[in-house]
Amino acid sequence: MESVFGLVGKDFAIVAADTSAVHSILVHKTNEDKIMLLDSHKLMGASGETGDRAQFTEYIQKNVALYQFRNGIPLTTAAAANYTRGELATALRKNPYQVNIILAGYDKEIGPSIYYIDYIASCHKLDKAAFGYGSYFALAMMDRHYRRDMTIEEAIELVDKCIIEIRSRLVVAPPNFIIKIVDKDGAREYAWRQSIKDSPVPAA
Amino acid sequence: MARYDRAITVFSPDGHLFQVEYALEAVRKGNAAVGVRGTDTIVLVVEKKSTPKLQDSRSVRKIVNLDDHIALACAGLKADARVLINRARIECQSYRLTVEDPVTVEYITRYIAGLQQKYTQSGGVRPFGLSTLIIGFDPHTGAPSLYQTDPSGTFSAWKANATGRNSNSIREFLEKNYKETSGQETVKLAIRALLEVVEGGGKNIEVAVMTKEHGLRQFEEAEIDSIVADIEAEKAAAEAAKKAPSTKDT
Repeated sequence: MESVFGLVGKDFAIVAADTSAVHSILVHKTNEDKIMLLDSHKLMGASGETGDRAQFTEYIQKNVALYQFRNGIPLTTAAAANYTRGELATALRKNPYQVNIILAGYDKEIGPSIYYIDYIASCHKLDKAAFGYGSYFALAMMDRHYRRDMTIEEAIELVDKCIIEIRSRLVVAPPNFIIKIVDKDGAREYAWRQSIKDSPVPAA
Repeated sequence: MARYDRAITVFSPDGHLFQVEYALEAVRKGNAAVGVRGTDTIVLVVEKKSTPKLQDSRSVRKIVNLDDHIALACAGLKADARVLINRARIECQSYRLTVEDPVTVEYITRYIAGLQQKYTQSGGVRPFGLSTLIIGFDPHTGAPSLYQTDPSGTFSAWKANATGRNSNSIREFLEKNYKETSGQETVKLAIRALLEVVEGGGKNIEVAVMTKEHGLRQFEEAEIDSIVADIEAEKAAAEAAKKAPSTKDT
C-alpha cells in the first residue's frame, strides 16, 4: 500500500512518498522518510521491501559520494540513474532487490529530470511517474492535470490532488505523506501532509 | 606460482628492513609537505615543483579530500599515492555505510598505516613509497587532528610536522616557532615553515586549509602570493627592527 510519485516542473522536480512503515497488519510508524538525499542535487524516493529499500538506497548514496571524491565532480542525474539501474540488473538474476525508485535530480545544463526505475531494473526518463497502488490514482490525476513547465504552486496543487485521491479512494490508504523538491538551489524537504500525527507518549 | 611468494621485504642480519628504508629514501626525495594544527584551523602546504609550460596544473592536485572532513597530502611516489588515496576514499564511504557515522581522523589514519604495513609483510610486493599527512576534525568532538604515516606503517599524531625534501630543517623551524594559533596565523606559520626550503609564491606552493564549517578550501595562486608578500614584509620589518638602533635613549 506504499505510494511514491513524482513530476517535473518548470525548473524543479518534486517527489512525494507516503511515510508509513508497515509489517503485515501492524503499522510500525507513520513518519518514515522514504525519500533519500543522494547528493546535494538528487533525490531518490523508494518503495518496496523495507530492508532492501534502506540497504539499496544507502548503498547507492555512498557510491555516488565516492564518485564525487574520486573525480572531483558530481554524477549527472542520468549517470546516477543508469548506475542505479545497473546495480538492480546485476542483482536481479541472483538476489533481487525488491525496491522501486523514482530518482529526481537537477543538472546545471539540463535542468530538472525524473527517472522511473522499477524493481526488475527497467529505467525510463519521464515527466511524471508513480509506484504502488496509489499510482492508479496519482497517474490518473497527473494525466488529467499535468502540464509542461508548471510553477511550484501549481505542482504542489497537483501533488495535493493526488494525495487527496489516494487518501479517499485507496482502501488501506497511508495517512501521511512527505514532499521533497530539487531545484538549482539543491534538494530539500518541502512539506509534510499529515492526517495522523504521532502522538507524544504521556509521562508515566 | 612459487616465484611470487618470495618476500621482497626481509630482515637484514642487523634487524633492518632495507626495502622500507629505501622507501623512506624515496620519500626524502619527494616534494616537501608541511602540516600545522591550529585550534580551529588545520593547514597543509605542499611544494609544487615547477610546472612544465604545457601542463595543465589543475590536473595535478597534491592535497586531496578523503571525505568531507578529512584531507591528505603526501610526499613520495605519486602513483603509489593514487592507490592509497583510492582505498582510503572507499573505506571512508564503506565505514559510513556500515555504522552511519563519518570516520574519525585516527581511524582512517590507522587504516592507511595498516595498508602500508601489509605491503611490508607480503610476498611479491614492495612497500608504498610515500609518507602521508592526514588532517581532519573529529566528527563528534570537533577537535582538530594532524597525523603522519610512513612506509613502515607507523603513524602518530602531531601538532605540526613536515615530510619529503628537507623535512628535518622544516621540522627544526617548526619546533622553534610553533605556538597555538588559529585562523590566518596558522596558515602563515605553515607557509613560513615551507618557505624555509622553498622559494615562494603561488607558482611553487599549494595551500589548503580545513575548517570545521567549510571543510577543505584550496587557495588560489593570487591569495598565496599575497600571504607570502605579507610574510616577506613581516620578515623585513623584523630584520629592520633588529638592525636599527634603539631610539628610546637619545
